[in-house]
Amino acid sequence: MSSVQIRDVRKSFGNFEVLHGVSIPIEDGEFVVLVGPSGCGKSTLLRMLAGLENITSGTISIGDRVVNNVQPKERDIAMVFQNYALYPHMTVADNMGFSLKLRGAKPEEISTGVKRAAEILALTPLLDRYPRQLSGGQRQRVAMGRAIVRDPQVFLFDEPLSNLDAKLRVAMRTEIKELHQRLKTTTVYVTHDQIEAMTMADKIVVMHDGIVEQMGTPLELYDTPANQFVAGFIGSPAMNFLKGKVKSNGVAGFEGPNGVKLPLKTAPANSEGQPAVYGVRPEHFTIADDGAEAEIVVVEPTGSETQVFAKLGGEQVVAVFRERHQFSPGDKVRLKPDPSLVHLFDETTGKRLNG
Amino acid sequence: MADVAIAPRRAKTEIREATSWDQLKHNRNWLGFWFMVPAMGFLILFLAYPLGLGIWLSFTDTKIGRVGQFIGYENYEWLWDDAIFWLSVFNTLLYTFVASAIKFGIGLYLALLLNENMPFKAMLRAAVLIPFIVPTVLSALAFWWIFDSQFSIISWSLKHLGIINQNINFLGDTTWARICVIFANIWRGVPFVAITLLAGLQTVSPSLYEAATLDGASRWQMFRHITYPLLTPIIAVVMTFSVLFTFTDFQLIWAMTRGGPVNATHLMATLSYQRAIIAGQLGEGAAIASAMIPFLLAAIMVSWFGLQRRKWQQGENND
Repeated sequence: MSSVQIRDVRKSFGNFEVLHGVSIPIEDGEFVVLVGPSGCGKSTLLRMLAGLENITSGTISIGDRVVNNVQPKERDIAMVFQNYALYPHMTVADNMGFSLKLRGAKPEEISTGVKRAAEILALTPLLDRYPRQLSGGQRQRVAMGRAIVRDPQVFLFDEPLSNLDAKLRVAMRTEIKELHQRLKTTTVYVTHDQIEAMTMADKIVVMHDGIVEQMGTPLELYDTPANQFVAGFIGSPAMNFLKGKVKSNGVAGFEGPNGVKLPLKTAPANSEGQPAVYGVRPEHFTIADDGAEAEIVVVEPTGSETQVFAKLGGEQVVAVFRERHQFSPGDKVRLKPDPSLVHLFDETTGKRLNG
Repeated sequence: MADVAIAPRRAKTEIREATSWDQLKHNRNWLGFWFMVPAMGFLILFLAYPLGLGIWLSFTDTKIGRVGQFIGYENYEWLWDDAIFWLSVFNTLLYTFVASAIKFGIGLYLALLLNENMPFKAMLRAAVLIPFIVPTVLSALAFWWIFDSQFSIISWSLKHLGIINQNINFLGDTTWARICVIFANIWRGVPFVAITLLAGLQTVSPSLYEAATLDGASRWQMFRHITYPLLTPIIAVVMTFSVLFTFTDFQLIWAMTRGGPVNATHLMATLSYQRAIIAGQLGEGAAIASAMIPFLLAAIMVSWFGLQRRKWQQGENND
């Protein structure tokens, strides 16, 4: 186990720079999730960490050692690929023991290592099967088993759950997290699914267009997103954004689209009339007499909660209620955001304006 | 959205009971049979019938211009004591094994080379195919000149370099003649092996190599443990075809040596042609041709049983 330091790393393919100076400190034993939309450079960064891509500039160190020029096999890392990359002509046991075999380990040593990993992942009855004879979830576990056998300094996961169906994905999510709690190996996990990031990570790194937008614990990112991108990316259904102007003279407030009045706890200093973006999460709406009038468009009950799509000042917003209101399309309701939980972003830079 | 007018309902036509002809029309097996008929017709007319006729001929004493009588195994008994026939069998086996083994080696090497990322990849791949697209007889004629006893460019070059002072009698010497025809066959056969193996290499997922890199495999270990095992099914198919084509080769030999010198390059196919068509002994020629069948069957059996689909290739059953 080791810490990992990524310092001002850049990556160019020809003249095209895909990573513009990324720095991420990863502590020993930490579970870090790199999350972002496709094309943000998260997988490239992971592959650079693994040694499958060259580092254009900056340094990556594992433990105390800078690994920029260290061969992948010398880095003591193990990677789980999106398509699992199991060797189709080898049994589960051979797949898991391959790295030990290449290292020249004795047959007994290999079989002990494989058995230990198989027990951890409940793969023992499958050891003689070929990858084709396994289900998606079993293949996923074999891929993890192959990583565990090596007992590496760092685990790398490249979107490992995206080929599984929704139910299995949830189960494997828990399994990976539990595995990490048991083995306490430093883990870097790449995903585009913010739910995976939120549920698994000790630390989330939100990436976008080759830069780090924000780094922090899941709840930090959820409660105080540093900018509009992170605010919109983390959370489902996504945060509602309403454009308008800040009112700071007298009672603080916000004038939304078509003059809709929205509450604000405190306005930033000297911000009267400043154009801004008002962000409110769907679950932070309540029905109140002093709320803004909205017309309901669609009601989607999911059982545990109800998602309501409504027009607020002409803009569509989503609200989520755990109580069971009797709404139908066309109804007029008064929606009130919780003033202590709203977010305010600069209209041009997208930076967070309130504390 | 709801403004679209709904068309007024019309009276539906009465439902008719399906006749047996209707059912036949929709029967997939019946349809399948008719799709198969043209291919089946071609195969029977141009493959099965000539093969049957050839085997029948080998049991008769048919000559050109004379209808033969059934003579049983007499042709085969005759061949059993014929040293030239046995020489042709030896030549054919030698030709097939040496040429196929070298074609496999060079073909695999070329395929691995062409699978790498390098400049002008597409052009190089196309260039490799050239020997394959030149008509066999034309390339054989070219080799005939290259190996000519007087005008050989090889002899000429070596003489000018001062390495030899007399022309090499390429196609007049038994050993040289064998080397020359095998060389020509390899030159012609390598593209097929190389391109097919290249296609096989490209089906291997790059992520397997990445996984192997992280597992600590060297280039050789990757070939030995990943590439080669995953390529074996394709190798089996390619080499079966290559062996069959080489074993039955006729054009190259006939254009270059006609079986000479002193029958040193006579293959079973050329000997059969010489006896049946040139000498007019149709029955005896047919017997030589039929004698190839056991060898060909054996080659197919080897690939069928020895290189059968591996367990890992089978479907998702849990046996």
